[in-house]
Amino acid sequence: MLYLGLFLASVLLVLWMVYWSTAGFVTGQADEEIKSEVRTLLERWQLGGVGALAAAVAERSARGDADGIYLLTLPTATPLTGNLSSWPPEASSDGWVTFDVRERGVDGDGSGKADARAIAATLPGGFRLLVGRDMRDVDAYADRLEAVIGWSLALTLALGVLGGMFMSRAMLRRLEDVNRTARAIGAGELAQRVPVGSGGDEFDRLATTINTMLDRIQDLLSGMRHVSQGIAHDLRTPLTRLRARLELALMEEQGPADPRAVLEEAVEEVDRLLATFRALLSIAEVESGAGQEPAIPVRLDELARRVAELYEPAAEIQGVALSVEAAGPVTVMGNEQLLAQALANLTDNAVKYTPAGGRVAIAVSAESGRALAIVADSGPGIPTEERERVVKRFARLERDQALPGSGLGLSLVEAVAHRHGGRLRLEDNAPGLRAVLDLPVA
Amino acid sequence: MKILVIEDDIQAAAYMAKGLREAGHVVDHARDGTEGLFLAGSEHYDVLVVDRMLPGRDGLSLLGVLRATGNDTPALVLSALGSVEDRVKGLRAGGDDYLTKPYAFSELLARLENLGRRRAPGQQAPTRLAVGGLELDLLARTASRDGRPIELQPREFQLLEFLMRNAGSVVTRTMLLEQVWNYHFDPQTNVIDVHIARLRQKVDKGFDPPMIHTVRGAGYMLRG
Repeated sequence: MLYLGLFLASVLLVLWMVYWSTAGFVTGQADEEIKSEVRTLLERWQLGGVGALAAAVAERSARGDADGIYLLTLPTATPLTGNLSSWPPEASSDGWVTFDVRERGVDGDGSGKADARAIAATLPGGFRLLVGRDMRDVDAYADRLEAVIGWSLALTLALGVLGGMFMSRAMLRRLEDVNRTARAIGAGELAQRVPVGSGGDEFDRLATTINTMLDRIQDLLSGMRHVSQGIAHDLRTPLTRLRARLELALMEEQGPADPRAVLEEAVEEVDRLLATFRALLSIAEVESGAGQEPAIPVRLDELARRVAELYEPAAEIQGVALSVEAAGPVTVMGNEQLLAQALANLTDNAVKYTPAGGRVAIAVSAESGRALAIVADSGPGIPTEERERVVKRFARLERDQALPGSGLGLSLVEAVAHRHGGRLRLEDNAPGLRAVLDLPVA
Repeated sequence: MKILVIEDDIQAAAYMAKGLREAGHVVDHARDGTEGLFLAGSEHYDVLVVDRMLPGRDGLSLLGVLRATGNDTPALVLSALGSVEDRVKGLRAGGDDYLTKPYAFSELLARLENLGRRRAPGQQAPTRLAVGGLELDLLARTASRDGRPIELQPREFQLLEFLMRNAGSVVTRTMLLEQVWNYHFDPQTNVIDVHIARLRQKVDKGFDPPMIHTVRGAGYMLRG
């Protein structure tokens, strides 16, 4: 409604300007011509007296100039010369006057508007001069213009109202689409999406954006559901084990043989569980992109060297040769702690799973805008068909069940890779595993 | 040490207080932020334990007020919020250490004792550390035990230095990872243990008595 009102107001303004510059102009022009004529005639009178004036008036009247009105009268108001039969009563005093013209064989149009406009002047000696114009044509022009403007306004109003109605109905329909989808989703049908038209207009863009958001929400929700299920399933086992151990100790008639040992073991088991919980939480945090700490430049090559240094003694004890090499400085934008943990997880896995006499090599390099941190080992590797599964939470290979570990390491690495705009690739090192952390260079 | 625990969970506070008292410390307990602020401001404590979520006035704002009034008692922030940002916020607000729940009590104890040690008054930066027969020259970066020099790599030296500065107290693996390696995450396996084992080879093997002890369920301790 407001829009319609504004629209009408601007149309009115435009039309008024048109009227004023055309009809108004024409009327103004006529007045100027009258004034100019009066000046000329008065000059004649100044130069040659009444006689010259009368001659000039007669000449103009005889011209048959369609619009000109001239009259010169004696002081007694008796017409001397001109094309008007008598002095109009409306012109009692000097100055501008408007009056009807009924002579000249044409009826006044009876429209209520004066037909003629003139200047009346009284000359010294009592002579009176009337110079003017028949305005009927100008009036007709103005009337026509008014009519046109009136119709234009009416048409604009009609079109505006109709157009407005159509547009708002179309908009309402699109908005109702979004509403309907939102209601359905609110009621639980998470797979609903907003219908997208083919036009590519703002509503289509809105629909596409909303749909993308809904996709993400659905992903997160199903991720969460999966995690809860995983947690419930995989934490139940150690908790059950812990309970069993404690219950067993309770069942012994004389109490457990070594109560301290039982308690210490229980605490260790609980610590393991706590560590798993914390790892889960940190994966969830990384995945949800929680907290937008600004990314800082991180030297991947230096990080690799520090991680290698951390794992070097562990590798040595296991009889595994650990090496690190970097072609030069390699910088990525991100979170140093997360990247450190990702590299540490990969190295930890490599050292853990490689048998004595094997090798683990960490290599950092950059090529065509990608920073690569590669941890390659000579261990048993991961079979191709399992590579997708092991990255999921709690997933472990059958053969590794006996080794320590929560099965969360690779999940975290992948989450960190995504958070940094990159990916984790698991490849065959023939033999062994080649874990590649592929990130965009800073 | 005299410790103030500001925690609204009565049971958690009770456990904490009991454990700390058994470790030989004196413990006061405040149930909300207002009481905590009042006590912390009016009495001297060696260390504060501040829960982040408190009725009355939350933990971080409490710390803010304390620091603004010039009180720099070391404070450990306890929180269920564990992201890196939360940690940074906690430390910026005036905390000196940050521990997320759930936590192991031994971790809490070790960190509190570590904090209490950091601000021991009248301490200038020492140039040598000595515990039992073990001596560390911090300027020359050399180590010796009972007069015999010990070859240490830079990282091993740092590790030993940290253990010696905390001699007589437990240091947890997490504390070691944080303060010697500057990593803030849980190591997956026993990567720290192996570093300690190596250090033991150099510091304890061939000497008597062993100084680096494993405290089961907690961490390590160096004791003469």
